Amino acid sequence: MSTRPIATTRSAAGIPTARLAVWWIIASEIVIFGGVLGSYIMHRLAHGIWADYAANTNPWIGLTNTFVLLTSSLAAVLAHQAAERGDGKRAAKLLYATTGGGLLFLCIKGYEWSYEISHGMTITANTFWSFYYTAAGIHAAHVIAGCIIMLFVAQTAKRNEELHRVEIIGVYWHFVDVVWIFLFPLLYIAK
Amino acid sequence: MSDHAEHDDSHYIKIWGYLLVLLAISFVGPMFEIQWLTLLTAFGIAVVKAYLVVVNFMHINMTPRFVIYTIATTLVFMFLFFAGAAPDVMADRGTNWIKPAWIEAERAYAAGEVGGDAHGDGHGEDHGEAAEGHH
Repeated sequence: MSTRPIATTRSAAGIPTARLAVWWIIASEIVIFGGVLGSYIMHRLAHGIWADYAANTNPWIGLTNTFVLLTSSLAAVLAHQAAERGDGKRAAKLLYATTGGGLLFLCIKGYEWSYEISHGMTITANTFWSFYYTAAGIHAAHVIAGCIIMLFVAQTAKRNEELHRVEIIGVYWHFVDVVWIFLFPLLYIAK
Repeated sequence: MSDHAEHDDSHYIKIWGYLLVLLAISFVGPMFEIQWLTLLTAFGIAVVKAYLVVVNFMHINMTPRFVIYTIATTLVFMFLFFAGAAPDVMADRGTNWIKPAWIEAERAYAAGEVGGDAHGDGHGEDHGEAAEGHH
């Protein structure tokens, strides 16, 4: 008798349950990030001084982190393709590379934040920095979660098991990438 | 497993290349300090980049229509939230309410009395001290 939950194998909606679930998660994430970014935009438009605060962020770090995330997304989609071909070992390797990209992103962010905090740009300094740390912090939490899940998925993919999970974690990772695509101009570019 | 049409790896590397070119443009564009160019290169290109990722990497076009409608609905709600909240958030006064500290802070900023360093604040009811300068 199978020990798999029924929900993981049925597809009553015409789409595998896991894939439906990840899109459902993304729909709820859009509301979370949309609320934060929407609030940021309306405050930014209302307060001219926020442009001056934003001038303190380092666009080169933002650029580097965008490059890192876009590249990790490439590794994630290539892992998906390897899984489609039934090549679990290659999929696992590419998932490890994606996780490496996520960790590099977090290291760069850690360096950036420690510099900013040591120069008085703390979460309580003013409303701009509150938004800055909240938006980037929620995003970083998603990167951490993605990295942890990806390591679990890579473990099973290496044994050529549960390869459908590679696509699922990939879709989630691309969404995290898309959020950063919007955070980058908002926090680093528009001065 | 996915039921989407399988692409060659080179297709995804090509998309990644496009994304990097767009990233470079979005970084360089605002350096000219022309407002419309900044909006176009920073935010317009962000939309294009997001589209490329959502379609080519997330394969949203390969999912059933109701998934696309669900995602579109959340985006609509996001815009509704913005349209409903922004008029009050961005106004300095309304019917039976006023933001005195904010008005003073923005006046001080416009007059050049407030700098752009990280400390203090120049706006909001809860940041009244910024109207008197930074600490």
